[in-house]
Order: sequence, then C-alpha cells, then structure tokens
Amino acid sequence: MGVAVKDAAQEQVKPGAKHLGKQTLVFTTRPGVAATGAIAGPMEGKGPLGSLYDEVTADTILGQKTWEQAEVKMLEKAVSLAVQKAGFQPGEIDFVVCGDLLNQLGASSFAARTLDRPHLGIYGACSCWTEAMIVGSVMVDGGYATRVAIGASSHHDTAERQFRYPTEFGGQRPPTATWTTTGAGGACIVDQSDPGIAGYPRITHGTVGRVVDIGVKDPYDMGSAMAPAAADTIVTHLRDTGRLPTDYDLIITGDLGRVGKALTMDLAAESGFNLEPVLDDCGLHIYYDHQDVHCGASGCASSALVYSSNLHRKLISGEIRRLLLVATGALFSPTSYQQGESIPGIAYAVAIERAEQPQKGASANA
Amino acid sequence: MVKASQQELEKYKKLQKKYTPPRPWFRNAIQAFLIGGAISMAGEAVRQFFIFGMGMSPKTAGPPTSSVMIFLGALLTGIGIYDQIGRVGGMGAALPITGFSNSIVSPAMEFKREGWVMGVGARMFTVAGPVIVYGLLTAFAVGFVQFALTGGKG
Amino acid sequence: MPSASTFLYAFLIGGLLCVLAQLVVDVIKLTPASTMVLFVSLGAIASGIGLYEPLTKFAGAGATVPLPGFGHVLVQGISEGMSKKGFMGLFAGGLEAAAMALTVAIIIGYLTSVLFNPKG
Repeated sequence: MGVAVKDAAQEQVKPGAKHLGKQTLVFTTRPGVAATGAIAGPMEGKGPLGSLYDEVTADTILGQKTWEQAEVKMLEKAVSLAVQKAGFQPGEIDFVVCGDLLNQLGASSFAARTLDRPHLGIYGACSCWTEAMIVGSVMVDGGYATRVAIGASSHHDTAERQFRYPTEFGGQRPPTATWTTTGAGGACIVDQSDPGIAGYPRITHGTVGRVVDIGVKDPYDMGSAMAPAAADTIVTHLRDTGRLPTDYDLIITGDLGRVGKALTMDLAAESGFNLEPVLDDCGLHIYYDHQDVHCGASGCASSALVYSSNLHRKLISGEIRRLLLVATGALFSPTSYQQGESIPGIAYAVAIERAEQPQKGASANA
Repeated sequence: MVKASQQELEKYKKLQKKYTPPRPWFRNAIQAFLIGGAISMAGEAVRQFFIFGMGMSPKTAGPPTSSVMIFLGALLTGIGIYDQIGRVGGMGAALPITGFSNSIVSPAMEFKREGWVMGVGARMFTVAGPVIVYGLLTAFAVGFVQFALTGGKG
Repeated sequence: MPSASTFLYAFLIGGLLCVLAQLVVDVIKLTPASTMVLFVSLGAIASGIGLYEPLTKFAGAGATVPLPGFGHVLVQGISEGMSKKGFMGLFAGGLEAAAMALTVAIIIGYLTSVLFNPKG
C-alpha cells in the first residue's frame, strides 16, 4: 500500500554512524536488558501467561481509593521489581523513562514521584513500551547513563472511563473491540560495563515510527487504525537494516489484535515483505478466547507484559535468537474523537538479540 | 506521510472488510428482543400492580411504574449487574427506562472519585442529559405545531 | 384482573422497539447514546401524530417502559398543559408530566452513587 510505505529509493541515506537508513538507530554498544518486572491484573492472571507474571494482583484496585492510584501502584511495583531483580538499589538508577495512557501521563508521573529518580515521561499511547526502550537505549548507548529503568502501564477501568463509557454503563462492544490490559511492565537497561552483561538480551536497533493516519475513525476498531503504522515501521526497519523478515525468529506487534495483524501482513506484502512465517501480536497472548475479549488485548501493558514475562526469558534462554518488538499506539483522545478527527497510529520497533551466553532453563516454566 | 487520501482510505476499507468479523446483527437483534421484551414485561407487571393492586387508573399508574423501573435499573447498576445485562442485551437493555437509569447511575458512581459537585453532580447526566434535552426540544416542537393548528385547545 | 395477553403484548412491543434500536446501532452504526436520543425524539413525534397513545393502550408497559414512551409522556404533558393553561402550558406541561420520573431518577441515582462503588 502506497501510503504507509514509500519507496526506499526516494530517501537520502545520510546520517551519522548510528543512524541507519531513514528512521533506524543503531545501538553500537548493544545495551542489555538486565531484568524485567511484570505485574498483571486478575483477569490477565487467568490468561495464557498467568504463571509467568511476577505478580498477579487479587483485584484491580489494589487497596487504593481509585483505579488511577491502582495503576500507579502497578507501575511503581513493576519498575521497582525490575531494578531489584537486576540487583540494583533504587538510587543506582540514573534515569527513569515511563509512559501510560492517562491524561497528562497520570500513572507515570505519580509513579515517578515515588521512584524518586530523574524522570522522562513519554507518550505514544499503547506504543509506550518500545518507545521507552528506544529512549532508554539511546541514553545508555550514548554514554549518558549506565542504568535506565523503563516502565509502561495500562488499566482497563482507567482507560474505559477516560476514553469510552463509565465502567458500569450497560453498553455492548462490537466484535472489533479490544480489551485494555490491566498491568504494568518494567525493565532495567544497562550498558556494557555491567558485570552480568553476557547473560542479558541486547538491544541492537530501534526504529522510530512515523505517525500514519489511514483515516479510520472508529475507536472500537483500533487494530485497523494502527495496522498501517505497524506495517510502515516494520517495512522501514527491514529496508533500513537490509534485513529480511526471516532474519528474525519473531516479529511481534503490540496490540493490533486479530484484524490488525491480518491487515499488517497484507500491507507488508504489498511492499514486498512476507511476514507470514514470523509475525505475531502480543495482544493475542494476554487472554484466552473464552475470556470474551473479542479481538484481543490492547493497552501499553499488552506489549510490556508479554515482553517482561515471556519474551525476555526466551531471549535469555536462547529460544529466540533475534526479536523485533513493535509496540503500536493509537494516538487519539476523547477530544479529537468527539471533534470528528480520524485516529492516527504510530509504531516503534526495537531489535533485541539473545544473550551472548544463553542460560538454558531460564524459560523452564515458559 | 501525513494523512491518507480519500482514495487510499477507500482502498484500505476494502481490505479491512475482508478481515473484520461481521457485526452479529441477527444475534444482537434476537438478544435485544428477549432482554427488552423481558424488561417491558416486568414493567407491565409493576403497572398491573398499581392498577389492580392499588386501584389506580392506567394513566396515573404511569409515573409510579417508571419510578419503580428506575429504581430497579439503579439497583442492578449499583450491584454491578446491569453492565453485564447490557453486554448481552445491547439496546434491549439501553432503551427501556431501566437503561436510562443505568446511564444516570453509572457515571454518578464512576465519577464519585472526582468529587460530589463536579464528579457526581456534573457527570450524572452525561448520557441522560442529551436524552432529556432532545426529548424536550422535540416534544416542544410537536406541541408548538399542535398549538398553531388548534390554538392550544389540545 | 390482568390477562396473560397483556403481558404478551408488552413483551412483543417492548422487544420490537428494542430490536429497531439495535438495528439502528448495528446497521446505521449510531452510538447507543445517539440511538437513545433518536428514539426519545421519535416517540415524541409518533405521539404528536397520534400513533403512540393507541400503542400504549395495546401494549401497556411495552410502549411506556422503552424510551419512546418518555417522549410520549412529554408530548402528552404539553398538550394537556396547553388545554389547561393555553400558551403557558406549552412550556410547563412537558416537565410537569415527567416531574416524578426525573426527580426519582435524580434521587435514586444520587443515593446509589453514595452507596455503591463501580466494580469495573
């Protein structure tokens, strides 16, 4: 499809040593992902990855007064846990980079208030997880930091009340709807001086997506709204790096759902890339079909949880040798939607390679 | 790219159609019929109670019947059941006055955390407000036409 | 005493009105909120041209419980107000007729929000 994916021929390849092709950053020092933390809500805990999360909360309110506070708690926990599992004291972290879906980054800012480290709040809707990974890797790779903690969260009830209807409203969800994941993921990105680096998955590339707006307006069909952005970023990444889809064991998008995944495959095929053998979507791994979530999971926590719980282990064990994680975001607000604007999409890709010394058994229970 | 052209959107929509699961309109219609019918029948039972049990006329039984149904809708919303009825019944749950009640109670509960004035007070009528506004505007227009035609003799 | 057929008609007409609304949502793709607004207005218009009163006689709560019945109540109130108070009734009649339902909705709605918290 012509829109999303322009010819590689027309762009000028200029860049410094670390800027590859059109939109791709090369992290020459290959920052490592030292550890992750995955906190999931009760419904997510009953899903296929239930046993792999660090913690499954008993309810969605976590003893707080509001769901917003509960989301803040989840994000705090996920990031702190990643830091702790990496073997650091909170004070040893140079910067924290977090994102979420709430107005004015409600969850991130308040979590950072507790984490008490220098904080960069980022917004990419549901693409926050890989956006944070890219920002964190840039800081580490550029030598500006030795340890960066990243985090992303979403919460079904905070998202519903902000973007759609009150949670007790008796409305029906159309079959294209996705279910906002309740949970948070955290990770600790470290530079190559870290003593454990050989056992950590390494971030090699980041591709910063463009905002792609195909014109879809239905907030209950975000997969369709984001698929062109996902395809654009994936194709651009492959062209920038000169790689083929099969150079990856897995190319996994954030929260496109069933419809969005199929569309992405078609759009990439139009640009000459067959993603069929390697393409998957995190949103299809959070819930079982019988949990009645229609098209799959969405939200920042979709990609954050799947990476933090499962993909990270597989990269440590060597089961996955090279991964392209492409979190996707629908950049709309209740205001833009009510004013009749279409829903622009964005996608950020990070290429992650397995640890230099894979540890078998790291994913024993995966 | 900035934004897709209309042409590109049309092309994309064709592709989208291929993968989008069809809206189960027939199943939804049946469910709406059953749930909406059942709620109406419950309403009828309440109405009959006021007519035969309390000796009201069919006309005076109207407002108390609505009030009881509003109460039931609010109660089911409060204990967290009405949203589940709505998931199945769709408009069968939304169109009866119990759904109107749900549309008042659900934001009132939801935004209690934003305070009693700008939370509960202001948000209570986010959905029901438009219903009242347009209902009254239309009724006024209808009444105005009647007035013009009959000189207000009803 | 009420007959079984009263309940049957209430079920059928109430159900059918909901089916129409559901089709508006699924086929014309209006949001549920807009559909509710549409049906109140349609009820008011149907009442104005004399269609709704016979329906309420026939189906009882099947016609009065769904939202078009609310539009009907408003129109009825306005015509009644006009016959009693003339031009002033045009303004006062609608809400007078709906006063009890609206007051109950506000009181019950408020109390429910005091007593219950959303479950999510």
